[in-house]
Amino acid sequence: MSEHIEVRRTAKLFIGGAFPRSESGRTYEVKSPEGKFIANVAQGSRKDARDAVTAARAIQPKWAGATAYNRGQILYRIAEMMEGRRAQFIDEVSPWAKSAKKAEAEVDEAIDRWIWFAGWSDKIAMVVGSSNPVAGPFFNFSVPEPTGVVAAIAPSRPSLLGLVDTIAPIIVSGNTVVVIASEDAPMAAVTLGEVLATSDLPGGVINILTGSYAEVAPWLASHMDVNAIDLSGVENEKVAADLEKAAAENLKRSLRPGIELDGLTRIKNWLELKTVWHPRGF
Amino acid sequence: MSFEYAPAPESTSIVKLKPTYGLFINGVFVDGEKNFSTINPATEAHLAHIAEASEADVDRAVRAARVAFGSWSKMRGSDRAKYLYRIARIIQERSRELAVLESMNNGKPIRESRDVDLPLVAAHFFHYAGWADKLDYAGLGENPQPLGVAGQIIPWNFPLLMLAWKIAPALAAGNTVVLKPAETTPLTALLFAEICQQADLPAGVVNIVTGAGETGRALVNHPDINKVAFTGSTEVGRYIAQAVAGTNKKVTLELGGKAANIVFDDAAIDQAIEGIVNGIFFNQGHVCCAGSRLLVQESIAETVLGLLYERMKNLRVGDPMDKNTDVGAINSAAQLAKIRELSDAGEAEGADRWSAPCTLPEKGFWFPPTVFTNVSQVHRIAREEVFGPVLSVLTFRTPDEAVEKANNSPYGLSAGIWTEKGSRILEMSSRLRAGVIWANTFNKFDATSPFGGYKESGYGREGGRQGLEPYLKAASK
Repeated sequence: MSEHIEVRRTAKLFIGGAFPRSESGRTYEVKSPEGKFIANVAQGSRKDARDAVTAARAIQPKWAGATAYNRGQILYRIAEMMEGRRAQFIDEVSPWAKSAKKAEAEVDEAIDRWIWFAGWSDKIAMVVGSSNPVAGPFFNFSVPEPTGVVAAIAPSRPSLLGLVDTIAPIIVSGNTVVVIASEDAPMAAVTLGEVLATSDLPGGVINILTGSYAEVAPWLASHMDVNAIDLSGVENEKVAADLEKAAAENLKRSLRPGIELDGLTRIKNWLELKTVWHPRGF
Repeated sequence: MSFEYAPAPESTSIVKLKPTYGLFINGVFVDGEKNFSTINPATEAHLAHIAEASEADVDRAVRAARVAFGSWSKMRGSDRAKYLYRIARIIQERSRELAVLESMNNGKPIRESRDVDLPLVAAHFFHYAGWADKLDYAGLGENPQPLGVAGQIIPWNFPLLMLAWKIAPALAAGNTVVLKPAETTPLTALLFAEICQQADLPAGVVNIVTGAGETGRALVNHPDINKVAFTGSTEVGRYIAQAVAGTNKKVTLELGGKAANIVFDDAAIDQAIEGIVNGIFFNQGHVCCAGSRLLVQESIAETVLGLLYERMKNLRVGDPMDKNTDVGAINSAAQLAKIRELSDAGEAEGADRWSAPCTLPEKGFWFPPTVFTNVSQVHRIAREEVFGPVLSVLTFRTPDEAVEKANNSPYGLSAGIWTEKGSRILEMSSRLRAGVIWANTFNKFDATSPFGGYKESGYGREGGRQGLEPYLKAASK
């Protein structure tokens, strides 16, 4: 029997449910910390980012309009699909993990994180919303709603868990997201796109760009059709401040880097609150 | 123009019944000393032999649940969640089989078991799976604790759905359970036991003991249960409340109802007619929250009744397995006798009876959709729960009178309001003494929506965040 020569995968972007190469035609070389070649990965451009925003905006009303139950099941399905690729994910985070055990733990936690956030979909309103006893003959209640399209820069480490922790709390309530993955460790992000494509997630709800956030993020921060930006993964303080300033132009909700958040607070970052009044009386 | 419906029977071949079912204790089926027969109420055909749990069997089940409680309650919430998600998924996978079996054993139309019961069952497990690792947000402060072993007794009207309402929140909160299904409808609960096995749920977390009143009594009175959850008649609920008095057992009771379905003169009439029909004839009226008292504004009473009779003439009563059937079989001979007795009392007390013209099958238990008019508030059919396809019609002139009449009942489970005026809906909602108010809709249920009654309709809520509270206590300080 002859030896099987590995068929290598082309690492592409994930935009609108499809896997395009960068429109710029560029790729960059991803190497392990020891300098071993891993892959040529698509280097996303300004145009790719804008295409991703268009896709995210187009699907956002439909995603927000899906029942919470439906969204929860889709997030759960993502965990199911990730479980099936567990070995591949472990392989892909391994070069940057401190040990094989840590790589495994990161992947398991990333899978479990989808389940934790899946369970929130139909509970956010119960915990965040309220019925308000106003002083008058009115029925008054407040309900959370998604803010819209969110741009995000995922932390460089842990490359998979950080990415999941960034995007799951954004989309669970009905937002859509354009996320820039870890620049030097993007392999698990590329695979996550392939998982998402087989999880009944409508195309465009999550869009994953690989490449340099320093190059691409400013275009997202200044994009007038983006409602919020998660700067968690921006390590350089000056860059983070510039992005926040650019984001202020259309009053994007901005999350600064370095803020430790529990799961529910992460979800609440990307919510609006709507209060409804209605009179009572025969 | 009239429509003829060709038979559209759902095949029962998907269901593989065993000749005999034992008790599900500590993860395995064990034989009982005595068996009873369970039947299909639409044909009276024997379906299977079911073990009748004795006091000793109940004790074994409680002990298994007590042992399992040790590890189940200490397991990480996120791990308990995974088991519950597995169960939810298997229910979805086997949903057709469960729906067919439910209709065979209960008599409800396949359209309802398939489109209402089963989707809600899966949703309930899915919803509470998501709570298992979020109990800190349940409203009892940080790190709330499970109670222990829950003894749960459920009725025959929504056998598997009531099982889901009981088991899902109990397990999510970290309790273990001993559940007794209704005597006449044990089969889907036993199939659920197989699902627990497929899900590799740890042994003893769920125990199913089949039987009748004596089995239930043994469960309620067992000294080592911490919680009683019961859905059923107010009469039995009262017995349970008395039986646990003076113990530390926590109790929730979801009991009878005599819901007012209130139609104002500005209501969208066609929708209201559908709502009246759905309110009382859904599930043959075997619904604790059924809209069994129609309160219609006097000025439109004649119009509403005319339209209602026309609509009822088109209800298809018969074979539950036929996908076109609207109203199926009465669940048991005993229930049929009770419906007949109360209906006869209605006539004897002077109300006028009208039944939809329909040909009822010769075998099985059947009762035609029936309306009583000229009903007064003191008539038994206006006060007592019929739990069958029987509607009592009363009228009112003003909203205040509607509130007065609607609240004039020892029950307070649900109510319906039909009007196009939003402010009236909200004012009525705030004045009605009932746990669930449906406005311009009726008989809607959701895993996220708390359900339960005021007054003698019981206490405690099932569904949503509040549905966890009966199974939790605040951490001791």
